[in-house]
Amino acid sequence: MEFFEDWPQYFEVAINWSDRLLAGLWTTVQLTLFGGILAFLIAVTLGLLAGSPNRWMRIPARILIEFFRGISLVVLLFWLMFVLPQIWMRNPDLPLRDLVYNTFLLGVIALGLNYGAYGAEAVRASLTTVASGQWEATTALSMSWPHKMRRVIFPQAWALMLPSLSNLWIHLLKGSAIAYIMPFVSDFTAELNQLRRPTDIWFSHAFIGLVVYFILALILTLFMQTLEARAKHKLGRGPSLKEILSPAPKAIPSEAPATARNTESTNMAGPGAPAKSPSEGGAR
Amino acid sequence: MPTPTDAAGTQPEAAASFSPSDTPVIKFVDVEKRFGDNIVLKDLNFEVAQGERVTLIGPSGSGKTTILRLVMTLEELTGGYIYIDGQPLTHENRDGKRVPVSKKDQKKLRTRIGMVFQQFNLFPNMTVLENIIEAPIHVLGQSKKDAIAKAHSLLEQVGLPDKADSHPSSLSGGQQQRVAIARALAMDPEILLLDEVTSALDPEVVDDVLNILRQVADTTNVTMLIVTHEMGFARDVSHKVMMFDGGHVVEEGHPDKIFTNPEQERTRKFLSAVLGH
Repeated sequence: MEFFEDWPQYFEVAINWSDRLLAGLWTTVQLTLFGGILAFLIAVTLGLLAGSPNRWMRIPARILIEFFRGISLVVLLFWLMFVLPQIWMRNPDLPLRDLVYNTFLLGVIALGLNYGAYGAEAVRASLTTVASGQWEATTALSMSWPHKMRRVIFPQAWALMLPSLSNLWIHLLKGSAIAYIMPFVSDFTAELNQLRRPTDIWFSHAFIGLVVYFILALILTLFMQTLEARAKHKLGRGPSLKEILSPAPKAIPSEAPATARNTESTNMAGPGAPAKSPSEGGAR
Repeated sequence: MPTPTDAAGTQPEAAASFSPSDTPVIKFVDVEKRFGDNIVLKDLNFEVAQGERVTLIGPSGSGKTTILRLVMTLEELTGGYIYIDGQPLTHENRDGKRVPVSKKDQKKLRTRIGMVFQQFNLFPNMTVLENIIEAPIHVLGQSKKDAIAKAHSLLEQVGLPDKADSHPSSLSGGQQQRVAIARALAMDPEILLLDEVTSALDPEVVDDVLNILRQVADTTNVTMLIVTHEMGFARDVSHKVMMFDGGHVVEEGHPDKIFTNPEQERTRKFLSAVLGH
């Protein structure tokens, strides 16, 4: 069995990282971070507009959400990478030439648009899940729409949308591997793929790929769970971060495990999970 | 038991404003409210004078709460007009046409109206103090210092002077409702709407909350529109009781008369059911 005789050699590469692999990893991290930030901004903007009572805000937002949610990320990348630059090639005088030729930036934009559209649904759904009584109380206090959104509704929806956003961010991380089709951008997957060609130790590279994406996803998950615990504590549900992290769990008899279970179950619900509809305020 | 004549002794302003020449604080003209095909209120006309405390009673589904929600603009008015201090709240009659009023005008009127809800609806992401000062600072433009001072005196008034920094989730239902009353009063409302404010409370704390409201009624000139199932409270604080059924006013009058000697059989039946006679 050649494989088992050679296996120490297969795994040597796990320790012996090349600079290119590290550079690829760094590109993946950057795509995930910048793409995630852009996706978040798009998600919040479109999500708020899509939840607006004003149809002139709601309908355009809905169109954008459905469009960018519906198109394939690969096809979107092809358009941005190979179709868009042709316009500038034929008209060299057009402005923003540098931006259009910056494939990394285009990659970030594609990830941001695609996952931002998904996230917008999560944002909109969480806003409708905030108890109708909270909206009514803000009206009774004559708060303006931006005011009630910023100070009352969004902080409560925030705790509800985090599990979905966390899911999407992990999707985005893994979706960033699509960058290997992008010219001049070599992400982690692209570098792994490069290594496959001249070497016969593809097995261990594939293994590294598996582990590295898993660890990155784990870091994102832990970060988002921290945010969620903090958000819940601010709403008076669940322990504070300090209590969670303290070695002696005496301050959190029953609530902490409940919170943890909660997080997991909502995580599994995912971005497409239907939001609880707000209780209808009917005639009383 | 305060009656309009009693009020005349202690609150000359309130008494003076009961004269019919004054503009009513709340005026419903041909109000209609429907949810889809379901007509909840139809051809409803009534007035509430300044400082007057009116209790709406009647079986559930009779449209009492809907009336409060219409005044608070939580429900869309589907027909007729509501006037606050003589100004149209949602729609105005312009040459026989029913046209909506501007958002700005509506907001100006709405700041004069406060509401306390059955489910308290405190903001869970804020402390008790933050709940109370949020709107006075950001909506009325009060200074933070003034708003905080006022909040503390209101918390004193509702018997929770040491709860300013607590979170709503750590308070009992009765305490939350008292904070909600303080939050509504912090806006200095001209009109206070009380929507079954004790229905979600444990029986033993109901009296605490009602006593605070009695005190507010005795010490201020705020106009109150009250929906409650607490008939003793209704009898104590109201100047007028209106009995509703099926979206119509069945009977209205002084609480002593309505509660002891109602004219309508429907009122008698309802009262004997709720009072357990």
